[in-house]
Amino acid sequence: MSSDYAIEAEGLVKSYGDVKALAGVDLRAPAGSVLGLLGPNGAGKTTAVRILTTLLPPDSGSARVAGLDVVADATALRSQIGLAGQYAAVDENLTGAENLEMVGRLYHLGKAKSRERARELLERFELDEATDRLARTYSGGMRRRLDLAAALVAAPPVIFLDEPTTGLDPRSRANLLETIEGRVAEGTTVLLTTQTLDEADRLADSISVIDHGKVIAEGTSDELKARVGGERLEVTLTEGSQQEQAIEALVPLAEERPACENGILKLPMRDGAGGIAEAVRRLDQAGAGIEDIALRRPTLDDVFIALTGRAAEHEQREGEEREPAEEVAA
Amino acid sequence: MSALQYAASDTLVLAKRNLARIPRAPDLLISYTVQPVMFVLLFVYVFGGAIELPPQFGDYTDFLMPGIVVQTMAFGGFVTAIGLSEDLRKGLIDRFRSLPIARSAVLAGRTISDIALNLLSIVIMMGVGLLVGFTFEANVLEILAGVGILLLFGYAWSWFFALMGLTASSSESAQAMGFIVIFPLTFASSAFVPPDSMPAGLQAFAEANPFSTVTDAIRALWLDLPAHTDVWMSVVWSVGLILVLAPLAASRYRKATHR
Repeated sequence: MSSDYAIEAEGLVKSYGDVKALAGVDLRAPAGSVLGLLGPNGAGKTTAVRILTTLLPPDSGSARVAGLDVVADATALRSQIGLAGQYAAVDENLTGAENLEMVGRLYHLGKAKSRERARELLERFELDEATDRLARTYSGGMRRRLDLAAALVAAPPVIFLDEPTTGLDPRSRANLLETIEGRVAEGTTVLLTTQTLDEADRLADSISVIDHGKVIAEGTSDELKARVGGERLEVTLTEGSQQEQAIEALVPLAEERPACENGILKLPMRDGAGGIAEAVRRLDQAGAGIEDIALRRPTLDDVFIALTGRAAEHEQREGEEREPAEEVAA
Repeated sequence: MSALQYAASDTLVLAKRNLARIPRAPDLLISYTVQPVMFVLLFVYVFGGAIELPPQFGDYTDFLMPGIVVQTMAFGGFVTAIGLSEDLRKGLIDRFRSLPIARSAVLAGRTISDIALNLLSIVIMMGVGLLVGFTFEANVLEILAGVGILLLFGYAWSWFFALMGLTASSSESAQAMGFIVIFPLTFASSAFVPPDSMPAGLQAFAEANPFSTVTDAIRALWLDLPAHTDVWMSVVWSVGLILVLAPLAASRYRKATHR
């Protein structure tokens, strides 16, 4: 195929009744890279994933995955992708092994190969002791892992993970992230949606921030952070220190006048201002006692707040959750 | 493999998956085994003595068994309603649709596994029927023809339950919707009592009711009674129901999954 991109979407639009889930989304992921789709609930992440995995036709716009059109070549494309959705979509009445074997059979791997893959993956996801237990006896974390294993059964070149770490304990989460990194190292392209910013930070080569059905920013984690400005200095003064004097002392180092929130002075540092050492020297000269001082690089949380004016994680749950069509349309 | 062979293989893999659930879910297993037996015994011993039969029937057990098996066939698809509704809500349908399987495989796998369950119910019910005094007045071919008609009619209702499972908001309501339609149809028919004991309007309804047609066809085949048009009309009804319900369910499936 002519495209170097394993995932390439242009102008995707999808509406549910009056609700515009996607209002013209462009996405690109080079083969072998991880694209992070970052946004709050209801931003349109899941809708984008559903379109790219052939589950949903877009109202307009087009997308190619692994060189195949998601609408025209949907059938051929399905053997090239793996999907782990927001739900741990496992059959509770089958054992772990039966679940994966079924998926292998449906990828047309054949009986023997399906069985072999099931065993391999159960081992890799540390489910080998639960192989012959019904999935309904699994913990939430185990189900998630089984679900991800199902997405990997056919070792597809492109995988889609819709909030894969939701509800996982820290250990399972670390384990899962490692597995994803392993797949990527082997050349798999991954599209990952997430609300947790450190996850996108850790895994994604490039990040598209999506809000209200639109990509509002894209770039590498560093590029996005640069958009919020550089480093921030946070100073907690000792009791009895003159706040005003401290602020005056720091003004020459700052991009803008330092603000004081909850007793902590915060200022965006000017480039080449001398960093934390210069700040300490100036505060000392001004006679301000320092209780605590830290230089903070912006997190993706800061990026999100800067871009949307609100935090990413405390968003109310809305449209993104797959509700009955009637409710979505209402 | 050809596309058709893949479609058949996908369907069988999914049908097997549906069936694997039954012995693992005791409530479902009871629905297909204990419940039909309970109905046979209740009807035979509670209503048996109170119902006046047309002269061609030896006793109520002979009259009842074809009717109660027909009813059981119609209800047999309820697990399809439950299963589809759950699969939809738990994201399994999404998983299946993201896999390179035949588009028809999910619904075909569901309805085909119902056939196996209905066959199990027939065997159990007729076994109990024989124990409580039912006697076949038929050769093996006639018995098998009856079984074939029963399974075909049950298959038609599986598509009805598929439609319910894809329409209702929960598996409980899908099941309830199905029962609300099927219960009156089975009782306002010749399945349990002779229609000529009913009030005129209801009697006319019962005589036109496909449940009467199929019940009378099974009676004709199994009890050596005149069939009139019932046997082939049973096939016509069943095929007609499938031709209407299957496309409705398929279209509902596409809509339900395209959100």
